[in-house]
Amino acid sequence: MENVIISVRDLNVYYGDKIAVKDVSVDFDKNKITAIMGPSGCGKTTLLRCINRIHEIDPTVKITGSINLYGEDLMEMYPIEVRKKIGMVFQRPNPFPTMSIYDNVIAGYKLNGIKMKRGDSDELVEYSLKQVNLWEEVKSDLHKRGTFLSGGQQQRLCIARALAMKPEAILMDEPTSALDPISTSKIEELLVELKDEVTIIIVTHNLGQAGRISDYTTFMYLGELIEFGLTEKVFTNPQNEKTERFLTGKFG
Amino acid sequence: MRSITFRKVVNKIFEVFIFFFALTLIIPLILIIFMIVQKGISAINWEFLTSIKTPPYGSISGGILSNVVGTALLVAFATFISVPIGVLAGTYLAENEKGVTTFIIQQCIEILQGIPSIIFGLVSYIWLVRTTGKFSGISGSVALALMMLPVIVKSTEETVKMTPLILKEASFALGVPYYKTILRIVLPTAFSGILSGILLGIARIAGETAPLLFTAYGNNFFNVDMTKSIASLPHLIFNYATSPYPDSHTVAWGASLVLVATILILNIITKLAVKKWKT
Repeated sequence: MENVIISVRDLNVYYGDKIAVKDVSVDFDKNKITAIMGPSGCGKTTLLRCINRIHEIDPTVKITGSINLYGEDLMEMYPIEVRKKIGMVFQRPNPFPTMSIYDNVIAGYKLNGIKMKRGDSDELVEYSLKQVNLWEEVKSDLHKRGTFLSGGQQQRLCIARALAMKPEAILMDEPTSALDPISTSKIEELLVELKDEVTIIIVTHNLGQAGRISDYTTFMYLGELIEFGLTEKVFTNPQNEKTERFLTGKFG
Repeated sequence: MRSITFRKVVNKIFEVFIFFFALTLIIPLILIIFMIVQKGISAINWEFLTSIKTPPYGSISGGILSNVVGTALLVAFATFISVPIGVLAGTYLAENEKGVTTFIIQQCIEILQGIPSIIFGLVSYIWLVRTTGKFSGISGSVALALMMLPVIVKSTEETVKMTPLILKEASFALGVPYYKTILRIVLPTAFSGILSGILLGIARIAGETAPLLFTAYGNNFFNVDMTKSIASLPHLIFNYATSPYPDSHTVAWGASLVLVATILILNIITKLAVKKWKT
């Protein structure tokens, strides 16, 4: 298992007394797309948010178990270090409204006080925007605010912002659920292109999306991990009855 | 059940009724402005705005420059004191919505807002005038700053609360520490609301007389030294309006016009600033 980048072991997550994730153990492979599926409230977003420790924003959340990045315990690292290595893209596009497109891309550097030469930052902005196929659309408006872009463009800008930090992995929490079908398919194509450079873990409600883009699929139900495997296998020959019923639309 | 026509008529009457009362609301404002302009406009000329009063005290020759400058200085210092405290306190309240401390502070601010302005003057008098042994512009600014604080705290709290959580999350997800997320993302995003709070605070204190009576005190000479007593517009209006001479009254009306116009312009700037920064 030398391809494993992130491994989760015996993870339990509690909101106060309520348990949201139960005894989940799962490995995520490098340069693959892993989809996390499941009905609403199954704990998939909660699991995702533990991986870059952004769950710590909410002080009522308690977790046990371990999450390792290349064998190093994430819980022992500084959250700031963790989040530089593991980026995140959210459900709704959230570019910083007070910043230009250019500054949004390098926001991670600017806000963390990492100094860059003008030429280097120009290069990074161009490279990151090209990675998300946004360069051609915005290259003449780089110094305008990012909020005038369409929803799909804003979301690609947010992906560029995460990529610019050169992360090991990017977590995506239903990144297309607020977008129209055309923007959605553009982002799906993009993710498949990106997996050579970065590991992607994506939570999605959309079964079709999981089937189209992911290499591995995780199915969660009521906080438990029910099934995990190659997407082809999970979709064509699910081992668990619950997975089958979910995939055939009987519940969820 | 009554007839439909009857209900329609009652509805109409009610509508007219509330419209009438809404209209009566603006009548006092129009009357005030009309009166001030009518009585004060004759006093306004270039000399009135750009020269200073010559002794003896209460003389009507000369202009109100020292009072305009004094008020500007008093307000500027008060803003300088209250903005950092108010904005940071407001941020704390918005960030810790449910705490006991938050509840206590919010109640204190409500009470602070209800305290009569002359009390702030008295407090500042005891804190600064008694201890230093002289009237000073600073003591006036402190009294005004205390009055401004609740306005700034509340508007900051409201706008910081309205800043979408997803922006904070985006910042955290980039590994940005909490303090930088607040200073570089949350506060700039909330800027328009905070700015309008500051400008409203200024508009509120610019015309205050009571807190200055025994702090900034007033000065017949042109003075920009904040450690000494300093002249102000409201104070001048108070003195000249209570004098028995009609000519003095004209000066008071002129100064009132300048003051009201300044506050009116400030209010309009606030509205424009909020609009511009929202887009």
